[in-house]
Amino acid sequence: MCGIVGLFLKDKTLEPQLGAYLSEMLITMTDRGPDSAGIAIYGGERDGLGKITVQSAAPDEDFATLEADLGEALAKSVQLTIKASHAVISLPAECLDAARVKLAELRPGVTVMGSGESVEIYKEVGLPKDVSERFEVAAMTGSHGIGHTRMATESAVTTYGAHPFSTGPDQCLVHNGSLSNHNNLRRELIRDGITFETENDSEVAAAYLSNKLANGETLGEALESGLSDLDGFFTFVVGTKSGFGVLRDPIACKPAVMAETEQYVAFGSEYRALVNLPGIESARVWEPEPATVYFWEH
Amino acid sequence: MPTFDLAECPLRDLNRALHEVTEGSNDITFDVLNPRGAHAVAVGVDAPIRVDVHGSVGYYCGGMNSEGVITVYGNAGPGVAENMMSGTVTIKGDASQYAGATGRGGLLVIDGNASSRCGISMKGIDIVVKGNIGHMSAFMAQSGNLVVLGDAGDALGDSLYEARLFVRGSVKSLGADCVQKEMREEHLILLQDLLDRAGFTDVSPNEFTRYGSARELYNFNIDNVDAY
Repeated sequence: MCGIVGLFLKDKTLEPQLGAYLSEMLITMTDRGPDSAGIAIYGGERDGLGKITVQSAAPDEDFATLEADLGEALAKSVQLTIKASHAVISLPAECLDAARVKLAELRPGVTVMGSGESVEIYKEVGLPKDVSERFEVAAMTGSHGIGHTRMATESAVTTYGAHPFSTGPDQCLVHNGSLSNHNNLRRELIRDGITFETENDSEVAAAYLSNKLANGETLGEALESGLSDLDGFFTFVVGTKSGFGVLRDPIACKPAVMAETEQYVAFGSEYRALVNLPGIESARVWEPEPATVYFWEH
Repeated sequence: MPTFDLAECPLRDLNRALHEVTEGSNDITFDVLNPRGAHAVAVGVDAPIRVDVHGSVGYYCGGMNSEGVITVYGNAGPGVAENMMSGTVTIKGDASQYAGATGRGGLLVIDGNASSRCGISMKGIDIVVKGNIGHMSAFMAQSGNLVVLGDAGDALGDSLYEARLFVRGSVKSLGADCVQKEMREEHLILLQDLLDRAGFTDVSPNEFTRYGSARELYNFNIDNVDAY
């Protein structure tokens, strides 16, 4: 069992409250996943700038002079915003790939959680409430975001086993369920040149979709392909720079509720997660159909 | 008439009060406010009381109900009226998966749609759904009646025993050993009674098709005796 939440804002005036809504939704799903929690939040993009979210088990040591060290190595202006065990590095977008290479050299203990122009990813072990407070999720702003509360089944309870998984620029995925063909699929993706950080089945699903996107499929098409290639139980919520998608396997054991108003599209593993959203009483509330791709884009 | 506002009081207070009703109790009508998707609202009712729930509920609402008349003015999460024994549970909105699962008696009425596995393993309950039902509904259903005014999803009645299924709209596909059957006079009478009790008076039993077990899957076939 795990909990998933997602919120895609159509109304820009709600953007300052995105983090507050998302953190409340996440905490409501604590019963479904008290092991770990995480969020991916999209927003704050600025022309020409890229972002890398990094994590360290020894943040004081690793982050202390990282801004200067990385700036010097890249000969570019770099800005570091530290949030507990995570930090967001802002830098010119064209340096994203080079920066990841330099990061690995400069700080071998630092893990990249995700990168792109818009996405920031924060995840940790612990109760969703504690994780949310540690990263000050409630104060975050943005256009859309997804979150996950984890009850581990397929791999260890570690920061790296927590969701969301990001395996491509501005892409992320959260998963409730368990895949049964992830080992085989992982081997196939490794042959295609994809690298993996964990033994986690959900990371394979994320990498599978990223690979499809890299090969020119739209998110809708990639999700459609996933229906025939991914075996097991899943409810996925995925995020891209401008979009938000939902997919359930054909058996659809893993619960899912959606709500849509003029202002937003929201996803929750349970209706409970949605009750504090504005206008929920009059929202269109429905259960997404099995084996059906749902997708919204800004 | 006791009112429980679940925004103010714990769910346990409500369920305890419902369980404490005994013969001769004066308060037999309960109002529940702000359920906000809570799990296990009004489970284990064991008296002829009325419970009106104003809002949407989460998992297992009305589970194990015996004699109670429970109405939800909203949607219901998974497993509504699971293992109901008797009484009536009515959902004014939609119901999520496995509505009425393993129900042994009573009447479950869903005004909206029910999703997958509606009536799974039902054992005597009557379920009437005004809208559509999802895939694998009435899976291994043993007895009772499932009435659907809309359409049914894939694999209806897979591995069915002796439950009767009546569908007014289309059936996406039938499950293993589930077949269309002739609608006889006794079925029309039974169906009319179920529709009346559910309050759906503007449809005629003649509009429905009956499905049931071909009885080839669960009966021992003497040709297989060598296998033992």
